Order: sequence, then structure tokens, then C-alpha cells
Amino acid sequence: MNQLMHKNDNKTEPMAQDQLRQYLTFQAGNENLAISILDVKEIIEINTITDVPMTPEYIRGVINLRGNVVPVIDLSARLGRQSSEITKRSCIVLVQVEYKDDAQLLGMLVDAVDEILEIPEVNIMPPPDFGADIRTDFIQAMGRVGDEFIILLNINRVLSIKELSQLKQVADYESGNANKETSFAALN
Amino acid sequence: MSDINPALETFAQEVDELLAAMEEALLGLEGTPDDVDCINSIFRAMHTIKGSSGLFGFDDVVAFTHEAETVLDRVRNGERAIDAELISVLLACKDHTAQIIQHFLFNEDESLPESLQQQSQALIAQLTGQSTAAGGMPSTQQEKADHFEVDDNTTDSSDNWVISLVFKQNALRNGMDPLSFIRYLQTLGKIIEVIITMPTLPRIEDMDPEDCYLNFKIAFNSSADKKTIEDVFEFAEDDCDIYILPPNSRQEHYLQLLADLPEDQVKRLGEMLVEIGALTEKEVAHMLHEQHDDDNTETKPLGEMLVDKNILQQPVIEQALKKQEAVKQKINKESNYIRVDAAKLGYLINLVGELVISGAAMRLMVDKHGLSDVDDVASTMSGLVEDIRDTALQLRMVQIGETFMRFQRVVHDVSKELGKQIQLQITGGESELDKTVVEKINDPLTHLVRNSLDHGIETPAERMRAGKPEKGAIQLNAYHDSGRIVIQISDDGKGLDSEKIVAKAVAKGLIKPDQVLSKSEIYNLIFEPGLSTKEEASNLSGRGVGMDVVKRNIEALRGSVSVDSELGQGTTVTIHLPLTLAIIDGFMVEAQKERYIIPLSMVEECVEMSSDAWQIDEVQHYVNLRGQILPYLRLGDFFHKNKKHTHTQRESLVVVRFGEAKAGFVVDELHGENQTVIKPLGKLFENLNGIGGATVLGSGDVALILDVQGLIQHAKKRVNPTLALSSSV
Repeated sequence: MNQLMHKNDNKTEPMAQDQLRQYLTFQAGNENLAISILDVKEIIEINTITDVPMTPEYIRGVINLRGNVVPVIDLSARLGRQSSEITKRSCIVLVQVEYKDDAQLLGMLVDAVDEILEIPEVNIMPPPDFGADIRTDFIQAMGRVGDEFIILLNINRVLSIKELSQLKQVADYESGNANKETSFAALN
Repeated sequence: MSDINPALETFAQEVDELLAAMEEALLGLEGTPDDVDCINSIFRAMHTIKGSSGLFGFDDVVAFTHEAETVLDRVRNGERAIDAELISVLLACKDHTAQIIQHFLFNEDESLPESLQQQSQALIAQLTGQSTAAGGMPSTQQEKADHFEVDDNTTDSSDNWVISLVFKQNALRNGMDPLSFIRYLQTLGKIIEVIITMPTLPRIEDMDPEDCYLNFKIAFNSSADKKTIEDVFEFAEDDCDIYILPPNSRQEHYLQLLADLPEDQVKRLGEMLVEIGALTEKEVAHMLHEQHDDDNTETKPLGEMLVDKNILQQPVIEQALKKQEAVKQKINKESNYIRVDAAKLGYLINLVGELVISGAAMRLMVDKHGLSDVDDVASTMSGLVEDIRDTALQLRMVQIGETFMRFQRVVHDVSKELGKQIQLQITGGESELDKTVVEKINDPLTHLVRNSLDHGIETPAERMRAGKPEKGAIQLNAYHDSGRIVIQISDDGKGLDSEKIVAKAVAKGLIKPDQVLSKSEIYNLIFEPGLSTKEEASNLSGRGVGMDVVKRNIEALRGSVSVDSELGQGTTVTIHLPLTLAIIDGFMVEAQKERYIIPLSMVEECVEMSSDAWQIDEVQHYVNLRGQILPYLRLGDFFHKNKKHTHTQRESLVVVRFGEAKAGFVVDELHGENQTVIKPLGKLFENLNGIGGATVLGSGDVALILDVQGLIQHAKKRVNPTLALSSSV
């Protein structure tokens, strides 16, 4: 991560006043995606991910990050695609999301991390109302890079703890009490 | 000013402690109004705060606490009875003291705002209102004079003060009239006898008529204290040596007072004697002066001098010396405690946690490389790490009693407010648990106690109608059970009305109208959001928020809460909590290649799961364990329903217990004991049942800690419907 940051510092000499212009691009589910560089805490390679049972597919498990236990979200699965296969290029992008005045560190499993891109303001478009197969509220904006469009994700939506932690509805396989429990969870 | 702040901080802390002790003592007095220890402790609080406030120049505090102290002194001397009214006023005084000190702590140089001053006045008026009576005689001397006229009848000739007045030669010339003192003395009591001695009377030709040669020895019967008697001769002290020997009955009184002296600091003999009233400050000053002046002879200790001079009887001195010694010892013992910043302790415990993990990593390496010579060293170190862990955790263990005691005040205040009579009984206060847990349990406990006060206990009239004693009781109880602490809040109130709860739950859509629930399931519905059966909300509770918050708070501590009730008989809420949130002894198992930790304290036994020995019922998920039906969960299958599993290995059955409930977990492999450093799983998993936390293994991998209670419930749920089904077929 440090290396990445340094590389970035050198390349973008006039570290523009407009901070929103720098994005980390990566691949997940055969798609080029990006998030604001300011959301990224760290990028780490994958060691063992411990599976957490009874959770939806997009919760890949937990890892040990220097003695702290950090959840890892499978981004591809979260965006409604297939679960990622772990390959040599797979990475975990650590991001921090806000929840109830608290910051929670989350890992985001992606297929590969590409580069840090500078996208000028003029090339940033509002998200399309339809047409994308990703939930529209996950998309912060579209960034035009050359002839291509990259989806800029709204990380606080994609990794909303409030939404992710509604495990019961998805994960409670106990058929007998699924109804009761979900109704409680909904009231929560 | 900044350099004084640490001192102020200490002061604030001291005040907090003293006021807390005072409150506890005051509430204690409610039950036993003549508990000398309690009265002393209240007096001491006011006295010490007065003294310390003086040091900082908080004159308003001094003035206020002085009044309280005066009243308390009278209580201590048995001159004023302590009653519920006085206790209430004193409680208010305690709060007020805290308030004004708080004011000065933050606005050191400002004077007290009008409102607080008025409050001070009002409280002082309440305090002294009854004590100074109608005549409004402000001087204590006068009051005391009033008192002993009653006592005067009980004159016992042997029980007299002996006052020796040795006038100096100039006394008459300075305008002293011995007779006037003796006359005045009569206002304090009865003069039994006056003996006049003239040891220095010269021959008649050398005699100066203006000199005074007379000495007086007066036998005096009075219940006034020594200081008061001494004050009679206040004007004469320059021209007269005064020795006042207390009567023999006083001696016992002094001995008693000595025994009751607070043991909080080592005092000099003189100070102690002054404090109990056996000596006056003047006498001490005089004696010490004499002690110094007496160069030519050997310096005698103060005690001996006092006996020699007939100022005090031998036994009193002996007792005082003994007391002094005892206090010294006690102080020495007390100074074995040190205060430590909780944050430092927390840091230490975190470090110990990391040490445990590193230790496990080392162990792993040693085993992997088969380094037999390192093995011994590693084993010793593991043992030491374990000891360090236990000791470090022990450092942060506190008794729950202190938390319980706080509710005395809540119960006292709230029951008064609600017009109910409620008594709080506390048992098991010595049970220990981690300070971090105690801190977090306070809010839920407060809520539950208030609930009992408000909704549980009925008004006295209702209770009488129901044939119960007028006074309701709330009980707080704590005990340890299989590595957890169990806290119970029970009341003998009206209990939960299951019909009302069901109706409400149906109305809220929490359950279906035709749903059949067991009694305990119904009761536990009260922990669901939005369910309050009280028709109207009071300012205490009843808005239907709370019980769900209580439950969530307790579950956040990896604990659980349940409720049991009997309509008309009362309600008991039971909380199970882990003793610590840091490190536990775990038992590591493996299922489908994943490792899990079960808290060791909940593991009953491990047996081999062989289909021949047990009547395993794969459909209904139970085994016959020595004649008992034991529901079980195959952890691998349960956790990973969607994967295909093979059960080729020799599986083991781990029997776990939570409270009364038991279940078996079927696992592929047992890895044995493991020191488990608990790491929180974070907000993301807060709704996850069955997993209580995570830990980092020696290998650096994360293993999950099982929530045994949740899993047992799952296991039971699977058995019961099928059993019911099979019996109906």
C-alpha cells in the first residue's frame, strides 16, 4: 500500500485541490470498478480467510490483521455476481466505513488491483438511471477514462454495515422459525 | 494554578469516595438506626470533606459541611436520634455537598451562585431546625447546660470531675476572682465539695495580701464535657494552672469513644485524646510545652505525664496507646493497595493477550521442527504465560457488591417517589467479575431494578389486598456458575401477565394469534422491541423501550438474559455473563477443516461418537447418552449446509452445558485446551447467532468462538418438533 501511495504521489505532482479525482481501480466479477482513494486504508495480499458460518455468501469470512479480526466481503458476490475464485492476483482492499458514529474496518475481496487513476472532474458523470446491472444506489458516479466508463462505487452503500449485518433474513435456514425471526429482525 | 490541579483531582476523588461511603452508611442506617459504624462513617465523611475543603479555601463548602458535622456530632454523642427524616435530609446534604464541590472544582475562584447558596441555607435550616429547638439558643454550652439538669438527679458521689485550680500569685492582682469561677461552674452542674489547699502560704509577716495563695480542688458533678468545663476557666488560664480529671464513669465513656475512633490515619496520642474529649487542646499544648521545658529531667512520654499530673486515668491512656498501635497496623495493611489507571491495566491485558498468542505460535514452531531441547524451555514459558494471564485478569476483577450497593439509593428514592415501601436485599455481593463487564452491566441493571420498582412491586394498598406484606422486596443476587456469573433480580410483586403479553405481541405482529408458545417463550417476549404491558407510561419506565435495549446490551457482552414469573407472586430476571471479556480457557475442535473454540468451562465431557455404542438417531438429531436424551448438532453440517460432507473420520461428541441445558456437538477432531484471547467480531456480525467471537491462533489464523447457549437452543429446537411429530403419528 505504501508503495502504491508513493507511486501515486510522484505521478500526480500537483496533488489537486479537488481530492475526489483520484481513484483506485480494480477488478471484481470481470468488471472494472473504482473507489475513491480516500476510502482506501490499505491493500493486502490474501492469507487464510476463516469462514464464518451462517452468513450470506458475500461475507467471505474474517482475517487476522495484525492481531485484529477484520471481516472480508466478497465484492463480486455483494454486487450480485458469482463468488470470487481466489487467484494469485486476488487482493483484499481494506476500507473504513462509518456506522453509528463508529468506524469499522472492512476487507473487500477483489480479483485484482490495477492502478490509481486520476479522473478530471469533467469526465465524471452522474450514474445512469437504468441500464447498469448493479444496484443504482451502489454507484456514486461514472468515470470516463479514454473511451471506457468505469463505475465509481459508493463504498458506504456497498459495504453498509446496517445492510450487511441483517444476516438473519438471508442466513437463517432453520425453516421452522425463519418467519418469526425475520419479523423480529425487521422490527429491529 | 495548574500545579494545584493534581491535588484538586485527588481531592475530588477523595470526596467522591467519602460521599459514596456516606450514602451507603446513611442507607444502612435505615435498617439499623443505631449502627455506630455507620454514624461514624457519615461523620467522618463530612468532617474530612470540611477539612480538605478548608485547605483549598472553599469556604462555602466548609461552612456547609460544618453545620452537617455539628448535627452529626450530636447524633454521634447520642444527643439526637437518627430517624428517617434526618436520613433524608442528610442524603440531600450529601448530594448538595457534591454539587457545591463540583462547582468549585470547575470554577475555582468564583463564589457560589445564588441558587446553590439558597439551597445551602435551606438544608442548614432543615438540619438544625429541629435541633436548636424553639428558644433558639445558639451556644452549644447553653444547650448542654439544659441537658444535664435532667441528669443531675442521678448524683453519684464517687462519679465526679476533679478540678484542680492552682492560682498563681498574681491572680488577684490581675482581677481574677476564684469565687466567681466556682460560682459560674455551678451553672454546669453540682459542686459536691471544694477543698482548699495552701501549699505555698508563707508566714504571716511575709504574706502579701494582694497575692493569691489558695489552691482549689473541686469535686464536681456534671455531664458536661471536658472542653465545656475548661472553657469556664478560659479567662483564668494565664493566672492559673488548671487540671481537670474526668470522673470514673467518663473513663468508660472515653474507652468506648476510643474504640469507635475512625481508623483512617495514625494520630498522635494527644490528638486522639482531644478527639474523644478526654483532653482539651489547651491541655495538650500545655503538656507539650512542659515536656520541652523539662530539660533537666528525663523527658517523659506524654501519657505518663498525663497520669502523673492527674489529668487522665491510666486505663484511658493505655487504651489510647493500644488504639494508636492498632491503627498503625491497619494503615500499614491498607497501604498495600495502590491505585492504578484502568487504561494502563487494559493495555497490560491486551499485551498479555498478544503474549498468549505469540506463545502459542512458538509452541507451534517447536512442535513443527521437533526441537526437543527447546521443548522444555517452551513448556516452562507456556506455564509462566498462563500464570501471567491469570494474574493480569485477576487484577481487573472487582466484586459486584459495589454495583449492587448503588441500587440502595435508587430503591430508596424511587420507592419514596412512587409511594411504595420497598426493601432491597443483596446477596452474593462478593462474586467477582471483570471491571469492564461491571461497568457495562450497570445500565441494564438499573433498568431492570427500576422496572421491578415501577411495574413489579405493587402499592402498599394493593399488596394488602393481595394478602402480601405491605413492604415489597427486591432481591439482587449473584453467583458463579460454570465460568460465568449469574445475576438475578427478583421481586415479590405482581408478576407478568402472560395473557396481556400475548395480546400485545399479537397486536404488534410479533407472533401469530394461533401460535402456541411455552410459558417461558411468552415471558421472554418482553425483550422484544415495542412491548410494554403497562397501560400508561410513568417517568421511570413503561414506554416500551428498554427491555430490548437491555437484552441487546447484555448480548453485546456475550451474555444472555431470561425472565421467569409467577402471576401474583413476582418476577425473576436472570442474567448470565462471562467473567471477563479478555481471555478465557478454550477447547479447540475441528469440523470440516475449520477450527472452533468452545469455552472450556462449558464443556462437560468428550466421548467418541460411534454408531454402535450410542443409539444415534440421525433423523431426529439426538443420542442416548447413558439413558439421557441428548440433542446434538453436527457442527460441520450445521455451519455449512450447502457443502457436501463426508463423515469418514472418527467423530467425537463434545457434551456442553449452559445452565440447565445440555447438548452435544459432533466434531471431526479434538485439539485440546487452548488459551483463547477473545477478539470482538465487530458490528457486522452483531446479529449472528451461534458465534460469540473470534480468536487468533498461534498459526496466525482466525478461529471462531462458539456461542454455546445459542447453539444449544438450535439443537433443542430441532429435536422437539420431530419428537412431537413422531409421537403424534
